[in-house]
Amino acid sequence: MAHFDENAKPFSQKWLDERLAVSTLKRVLQTEYWIPKNINFLWAMGMVLAATFGILLVSGIFLLMYYKPDTNLAFDSVNYTIMSEVGYGWLWRHIHGVGASVVFLIIYIHMFVGIYYGSYKRGRELIWLSGMLLFVTFSAEAFSGYMLPWGQMSYWAGMVITNLFSGGSLEAYGLVEWIRGDYVPGDAFLTRFFMLHVLLLPLAIIGLIVLHFGTLRLPHVNNQDGEEIDFEEAAELYKAGKVKESKVIPFSPVFLSKDVFVMGVYFIFFFYLVFYHFEFAMDPVNFDPADGLKTPAHIYPEWYFLWSYEILRPFSKDLGLIAFGIAQVIFFALPFLDRSPNVAPASRRGLFKYWFWAMLIDMIILTFMGKLPPTDALFANIGLIAALTFFALWIALPIITKKEKKL
Amino acid sequence: MANNTKGRRDFMGMALGGFTALGGIGALYAMKRTWDPLPSVKAAGFTTIDLSAAQPNVLNVEKWRGKPIFVLKKAKDMKTDPRDVVMGDDHFLVAIGLCTHLGCIPAYLGDEHKFKCACHGGEFDASGHQIFGPPPSPLEIPPFKIDGTKLVLGEEGPEYQKMKADGLTV
Ligand code: FES
Repeated sequence: MAHFDENAKPFSQKWLDERLAVSTLKRVLQTEYWIPKNINFLWAMGMVLAATFGILLVSGIFLLMYYKPDTNLAFDSVNYTIMSEVGYGWLWRHIHGVGASVVFLIIYIHMFVGIYYGSYKRGRELIWLSGMLLFVTFSAEAFSGYMLPWGQMSYWAGMVITNLFSGGSLEAYGLVEWIRGDYVPGDAFLTRFFMLHVLLLPLAIIGLIVLHFGTLRLPHVNNQDGEEIDFEEAAELYKAGKVKESKVIPFSPVFLSKDVFVMGVYFIFFFYLVFYHFEFAMDPVNFDPADGLKTPAHIYPEWYFLWSYEILRPFSKDLGLIAFGIAQVIFFALPFLDRSPNVAPASRRGLFKYWFWAMLIDMIILTFMGKLPPTDALFANIGLIAALTFFALWIALPIITKKEKKL
Repeated sequence: MANNTKGRRDFMGMALGGFTALGGIGALYAMKRTWDPLPSVKAAGFTTIDLSAAQPNVLNVEKWRGKPIFVLKKAKDMKTDPRDVVMGDDHFLVAIGLCTHLGCIPAYLGDEHKFKCACHGGEFDASGHQIFGPPPSPLEIPPFKIDGTKLVLGEEGPEYQKMKADGLTV
């Protein structure tokens, strides 16, 4: 800090600049953060996600004021106190519940847009990896939150998921009991998951969001054609007033206005769900208080975990566990398994076009099969085939992309 | 002179690193212990069940360490098994009522003499052996001690130790 202007009025632009570098910050993060012109509304999903996370945070804070993390009190504190005593408590709960569900819908769209347009490729691998870390942390956040109302599904989901850590034939029940702090999910379990849900994981998520944005700032966002843009040159054009000729626009206020429009449409949909269809995010079984001596007839996770749950099911215990473990992490490897140098929409690439749609459809099938009861032989077989297809596709990926011609 | 300061810096660096590592290990251990089950949770690990009133082929579900315990007195026409808890002439199945696949509670179908787990369709016979589906092992037998007509769960009596030695408990 070399020069201070003695005459700058406190809190004036100049005064702040000298102390906070607000103009520089604005330039780097907004007015001279260049965004390609040719990107469609699907690129707004990032901001939609950020906004949804904000909404989850705010509604969560309001729920936190009346929620009681105690196995005897939790169920009533949610289903009685918050739902019928606290003024507008129901609103926060519905927002929080719907938000938790919808956030995964948007995450999946965000992910598959990235896959379709090759936005995970050279130069942008870290965007993809930090994004996948966010996905995993969001999953843990969703799971730990699902425990908190302490209903039947909470309890049994907690039981089943923590049992996965026994490692199949390893029979590591000591580890499972350590994770739970008890022989079964109980008070210790509830309070530690409460801590994870309201403090540690949100903190991690916020850190990862910063990292995710950071990894994006230099390689710049990809575009609809996978075109490599010389951002400096294009930015010069824009700054010189040749707005039409330039391939870029500043993030704020120009691109942000598009983001805001998409968010507007999204929030109509979001609040429609909150006010008229919140029940889709609330499993009816979870309105029975947790009972350690009675399993619900059919245990299934929320819709966004169904595909990986279905991969667990059709195999024997150990194999299922391994398959499940691989399914959880395989998406991390995407930038390294895709051997083609092409950064282009899937439609313009070779077999990858079919790979993309096959993967998407396969995961949708897995999702449906995961919801159906496992007792029906036909559905069990479809589930098995879909699970095998999932792995076959990942094995095929390096081969078909290696053969792909350079565009 | 230059070398001398370098050596001193290296030493300081290593000393600092060593202490940090030591402190880190200590902190990790404290964190691990904080996450352990509480002594009160562990101490509440015993339950006594009276078996004298059990009816044949009717499943009783007791609770031990928060887990359901299946107690099934076998009817005269049902197969006995080395895993049975024997009291006088009576044979009992005593097992933790959690499916060995992922821990759901199987239901007992009395007419078919078998347990069915609704979660992924696993099945067990009346002696707790897995007979269908994904469960990889029989229903687990909790540590027990026979005390007259009573069963103390959580304590290893000679019968349990024998079973354990024969590898029958899981
Ligand atoms: S938990 Fe019983 S079959 Fe999976």
